Amino acid sequence: MAFYSEKVMEHFQNPRNVGEIKDADGIGTVGNPVCGDLMTFYIKVKDNKLEDVKFKTFGCGAAIAVSSMVSEMAKGKTIEEALKITNASVAQELGGLPPNKMHCSNLGADALHKAIEDYLNKKK
Amino acid sequence: MLVYLDNQSNTKLDDRVFQVMIPFFKENYGNAQTIYSLGTISKDAIDKARNQVAKLINAKDEEIYFTSCGSESNNLAIKGIAEANKQKGKHIVVSAVEHFSVLNAAKRLSQNGYEISYIPVDKYGSISLEDVKKSLREDTILVSIQHANTEIGTIQNIEEISKVVKEKNIIFHTDAVQTAGTIAVDVQKLNVDLLTLSGSQFYGPKGAAALFIKKGVRIVPQIDGGVQEGGRRAGTENVPAIVGLGKAAEIAMSEMSINSDKIIKLRDRILNELPEKIEHVYLNGHLYQRLPGNVNFSIEFIEGEGMFLFLDQKGICVSSGSACASKALKMSHVLTAINCDPAIGQGSILMTLSKYNSDSEIDYLLKEFPPIVKKLRDMSPLYDYFIKTGKRQEAGPGTDYEHEHEHEE
Ligand code: FES
Repeated sequence: MAFYSEKVMEHFQNPRNVGEIKDADGIGTVGNPVCGDLMTFYIKVKDNKLEDVKFKTFGCGAAIAVSSMVSEMAKGKTIEEALKITNASVAQELGGLPPNKMHCSNLGADALHKAIEDYLNKKK
Repeated sequence: MLVYLDNQSNTKLDDRVFQVMIPFFKENYGNAQTIYSLGTISKDAIDKARNQVAKLINAKDEEIYFTSCGSESNNLAIKGIAEANKQKGKHIVVSAVEHFSVLNAAKRLSQNGYEISYIPVDKYGSISLEDVKKSLREDTILVSIQHANTEIGTIQNIEEISKVVKEKNIIFHTDAVQTAGTIAVDVQKLNVDLLTLSGSQFYGPKGAAALFIKKGVRIVPQIDGGVQEGGRRAGTENVPAIVGLGKAAEIAMSEMSINSDKIIKLRDRILNELPEKIEHVYLNGHLYQRLPGNVNFSIEFIEGEGMFLFLDQKGICVSSGSACASKALKMSHVLTAINCDPAIGQGSILMTLSKYNSDSEIDYLLKEFPPIVKKLRDMSPLYDYFIKTGKRQEAGPGTDYEHEHEHEE
């Protein structure tokens, strides 16, 4: 399969951290303005660290791989570190995405950041 | 196991077809336009193929023009007729669900002063006679309506439609790429002036197709050059491919009913058994006015590209009309035309069968498919929402999802 990199396919086939955190500290959902898809991230925070990250995604192969990669990158990181995860860094970690699928990577980091925002708002 | 269910895009070559092609790659390489013996072997072979193709659609030999593919035939038909008739008028009618080689040829003409009307389809993909009637004007020079749709398999009542069109003396073209060689196609009965067919849809090679042009219909060639194909399509003939097309036409004709009986049985197994194994499945297209080998389902709460990538991992080749699976990231124009809810259209999956498929392949599909759907649904926030609330979440921004849709199950 030349369309997606091996890493994308690997994450797509065996996505890590799929699911929902029942008593999540923060939840973030974003919809994809390009194709209409949806991604939700759940986070559990302890001592300013993302103790657990889970996601649910309705989208293409790239969107699923991106979610999986974001969840892996974010897990164990501090809030500040997690906020530094960017769309570009996710795409890079995945070994690149086809040009018309780059927008899918925008969802992942955005949804994670939204979940963090939700957590910070609740904490206030 | 490789299970090929993408036969609307290309069929496997029949080995009997391949065998008759081989000599024309190897020893019989003469150019058909030369008059020494080696050339006349090619010429005779082309003539024979012309006759085989003519028989398939009940045309005269001299009404068959070989081209390189269905797209070329459609372009020649649309642009060639438009150019030949521009003094009479510049209005052309096509349906909204045509193949892109018709739609984009028409679009090109619209940039050159032609006016195009698009006939809508109902939710099954059918065209109404009333809409055809309404679309015709004094200056209409051409109507082009496909015989059957590539994606949802809906077969149009071309016989009735052509009656309406021919009453007004307007030229009528039908794109029969999905039907010729598969179901009965008779140009006399259909009463069409032009008809496109392609051998790669009925176990012939890629690179050979034909356009039927009724005797007496004026058309302007789109490839200028030599005298090949009666001057209507210049260029050295692709003899092996044309010979293959001819043989494929002959085989298709003699085996049509056996093939379609077999294919319909397999198709009906998917149509009936898949919804028993997977919930929230909707059929796209018409239940009866449907191509023998076409199954197009929308599987709710999941997305088509994910589905076909997982199926591909299992060796099952299918297709999807979902936005994510298309390069343009738009739901297919056909699903849009039948007013498919974008949230549901995202989960569309197209499986098209051929005479080479078998019951054991369908068993395999029916076994492998449901766990894939489950896996994707377990990941889907839309499904999650539905399970928790019994309600359907609206699709994300960027879709046309405007109101609550109720779906019959
Ligand atoms: S999420 Fe739709 S194209 Fe990637």
